[in-house]
Amino acid sequence: MTTQADLDLSKRTVVTDERVRKQKPFQRLLVRPEIGALFGAIIIFVFFAIVAPPFRSPEALATVLYASSTIGIMAIGVSLLMIGGEFDLSTGVAVTFSSIAASMLAYNLHLNVWLGSLLALALALGVGFLNGYLVMKTKIPSFLITLSTFLMLTGINLAVTKLVTGQVATQSISNMQGFDSAKAVFASSFTVGGVSIRVTVLWWVLFTLISTFVLMKTRIGNWIFAVGGNQDSARAIGVPVTKVKIGLFMFVAFCAWFVGMHLLFAFNTVQSGQGVGNEFLYIIAAVIGGCLLTGGFGTTVGAMIGAFIFGMTNQGIVYAGWNPDWFKFFLGAMLLFAVVANNSFRSYAAKR
Amino acid sequence: MTTISETPTREPSDHGDGGKTPLIELKDVGKSYGNIIALSGINLRVGAGEVTGVLGDNGAGKSTLIKIMAGLHQQSEGQLLVDGEETRFDSPKDALKKGIATVYQDLAVVSLMPVWRNFFLGQELRKGPFRALDAAAMRATTKEELHKMGIDLPDVDAPIGSLSGGQRQCVAIARAIFFGARVLILDEPTAALGVKQSGMVLRYISAAKEQGFGVVFITHNPHHAYMVGDHFVLLNRGRQKLDCTYDEISLDDLTKEMAGGDELETLTHELRR
Repeated sequence: MTTQADLDLSKRTVVTDERVRKQKPFQRLLVRPEIGALFGAIIIFVFFAIVAPPFRSPEALATVLYASSTIGIMAIGVSLLMIGGEFDLSTGVAVTFSSIAASMLAYNLHLNVWLGSLLALALALGVGFLNGYLVMKTKIPSFLITLSTFLMLTGINLAVTKLVTGQVATQSISNMQGFDSAKAVFASSFTVGGVSIRVTVLWWVLFTLISTFVLMKTRIGNWIFAVGGNQDSARAIGVPVTKVKIGLFMFVAFCAWFVGMHLLFAFNTVQSGQGVGNEFLYIIAAVIGGCLLTGGFGTTVGAMIGAFIFGMTNQGIVYAGWNPDWFKFFLGAMLLFAVVANNSFRSYAAKR
Repeated sequence: MTTISETPTREPSDHGDGGKTPLIELKDVGKSYGNIIALSGINLRVGAGEVTGVLGDNGAGKSTLIKIMAGLHQQSEGQLLVDGEETRFDSPKDALKKGIATVYQDLAVVSLMPVWRNFFLGQELRKGPFRALDAAAMRATTKEELHKMGIDLPDVDAPIGSLSGGQRQCVAIARAIFFGARVLILDEPTAALGVKQSGMVLRYISAAKEQGFGVVFITHNPHHAYMVGDHFVLLNRGRQKLDCTYDEISLDDLTKEMAGGDELETLTHELRR
């Protein structure tokens, strides 16, 4: 390397800033994006364990995990996208879109449901690609582009379902070819120590592990942080910004498809109006988990904890015997608390 | 040196001093955005072991010039030659492949990312069956390379945003050099810095020159340019006003030219106290 020729560089006095102190391990822990969410999760768990005795049972935990997993799988994609500096408001209806597409294609064209699912995956990835392509080419904020996609998909879901089936729900596909094997993959349960656990929990954990590896240990992950942190710098250094961002939108679409397949094979039929509003739950999970809304900071483990907090609150209120109408209030209060806490954790850690 | 196409790519210091091909050369380059002519008739050469200072006030066309050399924009007229061969960069990656690295004043780094991730961004070291990042090697290399440049960081895991402006600039320059740049284009590296930090950066520029790199040093500070420059090119309103070597001009003249000559004298008169 050319720098081997040290010249007089080595002779020069070392420029050390005496104001820089080495971080202690504890401070390094505090600066982790998901630390606030972790504390929050522990507090909420202890809280519901005290006020709601049924919450302590393993069955309740399995239910909480299931509720968390369907939000959590989606939140992985959403948090990666958020770290990459973009938003997707169409995720909630994209889930319904995928399941309607799979169900209708299989039912009306008499296909194996696996084939229907794959066609739906292609459609979903197409929508994701379109989102990403439009955001990158028009340079219009993703908030607006995906808001349009959200409205369009909502319309398509309802209109096409009514047009084809004459109802607001799709026909049951439970006796079609390939249904059983697909159900085993997307919507089965298994028993651990007498407690029935939904398979989505496994997928959730697996996807979180894979995405964490990709984010922290691969080049793609480095690029995701870079395009979210400073798009122009990343481009100037040679990171393929457009490809990374379009890829992220497509990964979000993949997550939506996966959750869509779960819903389809769990319930055999899809209500076309479903999913509206869920996009915020995914974003909330990511933000509670420490993802910065402005991009460049966050983890998918954080999003996992965020989704778990969501699941605990969702089910905990029921176990505590409270009126579930209060759920949204609690969710809002928690979000507020989480963003304030995350913010102060970050500035506290940064000052150290 | 003959003009065989087989030119050395890594060892710029191999170039002899006499009759060499410039590493990068602009011939009559111009750029217009729609009906706005941002640049026209620019001629510029950067040889190995030389610093070419590009001076100009705000809006003189410096940024456009950088963007053309860095591959962010393409010139609308004229030629861009690298090692004597006409080239056209379609992206910054093309320019990087030819060994032309640009260090931008404001967008050199991603501030939330650790120093070592910034250092290797876009050129990450990978190993193993999953092509995972080789974090340990990257941390060690970053620390070592920065140490060579006289920056001793206690922690390369700190977000680069927590470093001082001069340090950030030097990390960016060190990165460019490490990845085999032959030509460094520095976009106002001293603009946002204090006196001491500017000195730190200027010292690196002359060190890089001595090591045989070609440097394009863009600045609006004639004092900084005169300290390290071999050639000076002065831009004014998108045109080249001056093209001379170190021996042909004095600092006073350079400052005068830079400030618009007579304008400065008038100003001195007006503000005399």
